[in-house]
Amino acid sequence: MVSPLAWAKRNSVLLWVAAVAIAFFLAVPPVQFVNALTLGAIYALIALGYTMVYGIVELINFAHGDVFMLGTFVSLSVLIDLMGVTGPITNPLQLTAVLIFILAVTMILMGAVGFLIEKLAYRPLRNAPKLAPLITAIGVSFILQNIVQLWKGPYKTNFPQFFPMDAALMFGSVRIGLINVLVIAVALILMIALQLFITRSKTGRAMRATALDPTAAALMGVNIDATISRTFVIGAAIAGAGSVMFGLYLGITDFSIGFIAGLKAFTAAVVGGIGNTLGAALGAFTIGFTEVGATVAGFSRWKDAIVFILLVAFLTFRPNGILGSDSSDRA
Amino acid sequence: MSKSSPVLELKGVGRSFGGLVAVNSVDLEVAAGSITSIIGPNGAGKTTLFNVISGLYAPTRGEIMLNGVVLATPDHKTEREALIWAAIAVTGSVLGAVAGLAIDAPAGLAGVGAIVSSGGILLAAVARPSWYTRLCARLGIRRSARPNDVVFLGVARTFQNIRLFKEMSALENVMVGTHARTEVGLFDALLDTRRFRQTESASETQALTLLEAVGLQKQANVAAKNLAYGDQRKLEVARALASQPKLLLLDEPAAGMNPAETEQMIDLIKSIRDKFGVTVVLIEHDMRVVMGISEKIAVLDHGEKIAEGTPLEIRSNPRVIEAYLGRGAATGA
Amino acid sequence: MMNRMREYLLRHRSLDIVLRLTAIAIVLPLLAATPIFGAFQPFNGWLTGFANAAIFVMLAIGLNIVVGKAGLLDLGFAAFFAIGAYTYAFGASAYSGNDIPFWLMLPIGAIVTAIFGVAIGAPTLRLRGDYLAIVTLGFGEIIPNVLLNSDKYTLGTNGISGLNRPELPIIGAFKSNEPWPWFILAVVLIGLIMIAADRISFSRIGRAWEAIREDELAAASNGINTVTFKLLAFAIGASTAGIAGAFLASKLSFVSPDQFKFSVSVTVLSMLVLGGIGNLWGAAIGAFLLYFVQSILLKQLNEGFKGVPVLGEIDFLQLQYLLFGLALVIMMLRRPGGLFPERRVARHRPGASKQ
Repeated sequence: MVSPLAWAKRNSVLLWVAAVAIAFFLAVPPVQFVNALTLGAIYALIALGYTMVYGIVELINFAHGDVFMLGTFVSLSVLIDLMGVTGPITNPLQLTAVLIFILAVTMILMGAVGFLIEKLAYRPLRNAPKLAPLITAIGVSFILQNIVQLWKGPYKTNFPQFFPMDAALMFGSVRIGLINVLVIAVALILMIALQLFITRSKTGRAMRATALDPTAAALMGVNIDATISRTFVIGAAIAGAGSVMFGLYLGITDFSIGFIAGLKAFTAAVVGGIGNTLGAALGAFTIGFTEVGATVAGFSRWKDAIVFILLVAFLTFRPNGILGSDSSDRA
Repeated sequence: MSKSSPVLELKGVGRSFGGLVAVNSVDLEVAAGSITSIIGPNGAGKTTLFNVISGLYAPTRGEIMLNGVVLATPDHKTEREALIWAAIAVTGSVLGAVAGLAIDAPAGLAGVGAIVSSGGILLAAVARPSWYTRLCARLGIRRSARPNDVVFLGVARTFQNIRLFKEMSALENVMVGTHARTEVGLFDALLDTRRFRQTESASETQALTLLEAVGLQKQANVAAKNLAYGDQRKLEVARALASQPKLLLLDEPAAGMNPAETEQMIDLIKSIRDKFGVTVVLIEHDMRVVMGISEKIAVLDHGEKIAEGTPLEIRSNPRVIEAYLGRGAATGA
Repeated sequence: MMNRMREYLLRHRSLDIVLRLTAIAIVLPLLAATPIFGAFQPFNGWLTGFANAAIFVMLAIGLNIVVGKAGLLDLGFAAFFAIGAYTYAFGASAYSGNDIPFWLMLPIGAIVTAIFGVAIGAPTLRLRGDYLAIVTLGFGEIIPNVLLNSDKYTLGTNGISGLNRPELPIIGAFKSNEPWPWFILAVVLIGLIMIAADRISFSRIGRAWEAIREDELAAASNGINTVTFKLLAFAIGASTAGIAGAFLASKLSFVSPDQFKFSVSVTVLSMLVLGGIGNLWGAAIGAFLLYFVQSILLKQLNEGFKGVPVLGEIDFLQLQYLLFGLALVIMMLRRPGGLFPERRVARHRPGASKQ
């Protein structure tokens, strides 16, 4: 039996985070709290891709943030050019149909992009010295950014917000937008689905085995190439869902959002504990709170810097993140 | 024969990783100029023990002395070190505030002073240049020596799965080994001073001599990755010798070698002990090597030393036989 | 006779560098004076272009030390460039009220940037390759961001203009429409930087960096204080960027945060990858070539393809970063060593150390 004090010491970071979250909730107007949760949900959808890929091949997929960015443009093109959707849809049936359709399409297309990137750019370099895949990832990131820039121009582009932004739930005097509920719900559903997939399915087991010990996994009959490929596909697909949510929530996008969003989502993955999907979610909400907190406190110009300081602090003092262990392993 | 003090002393050395006890309280004394082997079944903790001696990990218990000087000790976070950091940070901010009074910005400069001084001292604590280590020793703060300090103190090692600098030539590999014994400043290099040229030339000469000692002089310019397996092991030994160690740790030097190469390695180890006067401790599984050159053998099993003695004594020790071959083998059943 | 000369130059590498650079400094203007080159842009345009390319050459050599020699993937090198430029702005401009001569600002800028190199490198010390890259990437984003947001001191997006120009006794102050002094200064600076980089590489320090790059654990186990040497790599690489920054700032007489975006870091990295990671001349040539691809070739492609059905629609200038990205990926897949891979074993032959 572990005494409460010992338990508290071991999980001190988690307790700190919980304490900060509660303090935040009490200090900040409810609307901002909901904003933080929403932002965190979007970051979570991106962070999952980072953490899954790092867990399995120990590579930071620099291009992942730009896959997210690409997703926003692809989905808005499908909506505007193919489906003619430009404004809010009021018919709930039609709304649900469009929502499910665009999520599915974007997730499938982004999954395909993830597949291609892994196959063409990363797989050939799996045994190369460590600098090579990192540099290639930068190259892919740049390629994606510039393809979009050539396709849609360097300016901010509007995303059709077909989900009514004015629909809201009222709790007394507190107004919670339905869009917020949607984003958070979609994120939660996907996170739970992913967790179930990883723990219950055959591919999920293969992923976990490969992440722990690729040689042993291969000896047990796991198809390493296919497993890694599927990890990239799933990560990219989930980021695609994040793209749609981002677009619906913020209504605007441009070719450069992938870079900063990617950096913050990666920070989220590190803060929560890299390689750990639950950690990615936790970290993402932490980042969401941090950003909104900074804005509320009047430091909105510095919020990027603050998130970055958080990254450096965690990498220096607690590289395994909130949910990771305290130890460092060596030789 | 006079009993000179031991080169290496392990006193109750233990190393755990979280809940896993890899090494559990090992005592050992290694006499100067001797060849000692550490043997034991796989997973006995032999390489972990080497890792502790060579500074890769600090021991979680016990102490290691090298020629009477503390080499390794458990890394307790001493309050004293923290107090010194705090003192320096406070001093820095006070100095900054004082200087700030002159230009009418005491608070700002105090902050800058605090950041600079605490950053500086933290950096020193991480980088551990020699003056910082000496300062700590003077103040009674004992920390385990880091790998590069260990080399400076006179311990060199080779690795179980050969860690040569693959793209560098054999000569360059050995020259890296001389690093701890040379001192070349940045400006000497930049200005191409005579001191720089002399040091470089001396390093090179020494490296060539060592390559000759192991028989690799003809392959001085071959990239390490292109050497034959046996030659790679010999190169690692040469590189280790380049730091003029008093104690040489060889981790499975004969692993993967055919009988002819093994014979060469045995002769090599004996000759370097005779020629350079180093004390040798080796981990080995190949009993030919162990029985052939060891003056003393220590046997580890499950992190504990279960036997110690001459080759003859060890060969017939029932506990040792049991550890290797399982219960029942000792009684001949 | 040729062999004897080659042997001699191999042992006196600094002389080799000086000779090569002198040859280049003579050949380039001659080429620029020919009618072929004159078709693209006037002579003065070429000369200024050479001086601008030189800035990237300096940056590439600096990055080569961090990435190529020590194996630390720094994705935010533009941060050091920015620090060097802004240090100059604070040291020698009407805005700052300081009037430190350019020649003094060069070493000052180098030292200040080197200190920042240590400060930025320090958090990365215990990080593996990927994490190190991301942290440096972050710094590369944050530092221009800080410069932008501290507009009380740095005037934000407007930047600081009216920076002082270098001055020499006989010819007076450098002017923006007289490219010769800038060109010669650029060649001299490159020469100094190359000689310094070369000498450090061929020493115990360079070997220590290579050892760290190959196998950090083995390096430490052979007596190398990896912390000190990694910080040294950052410091020296950064100081080069500091010098480049001072040169840029005084040449343009203007600095602003926009000049130091992530694309600059990627551009320098692409130059290094193209030219050859770990190879001094490779880095220099890669930078030079890529700069002119960027500034001349792409423009020419636009001109050349005007009116051509599909290709005429494409703005090649806009494409340049796409091409950089493609170049990075293709180089890594096909020829990771670059155009001029690091010359390996020939580097240290017995007897190469002078007596």
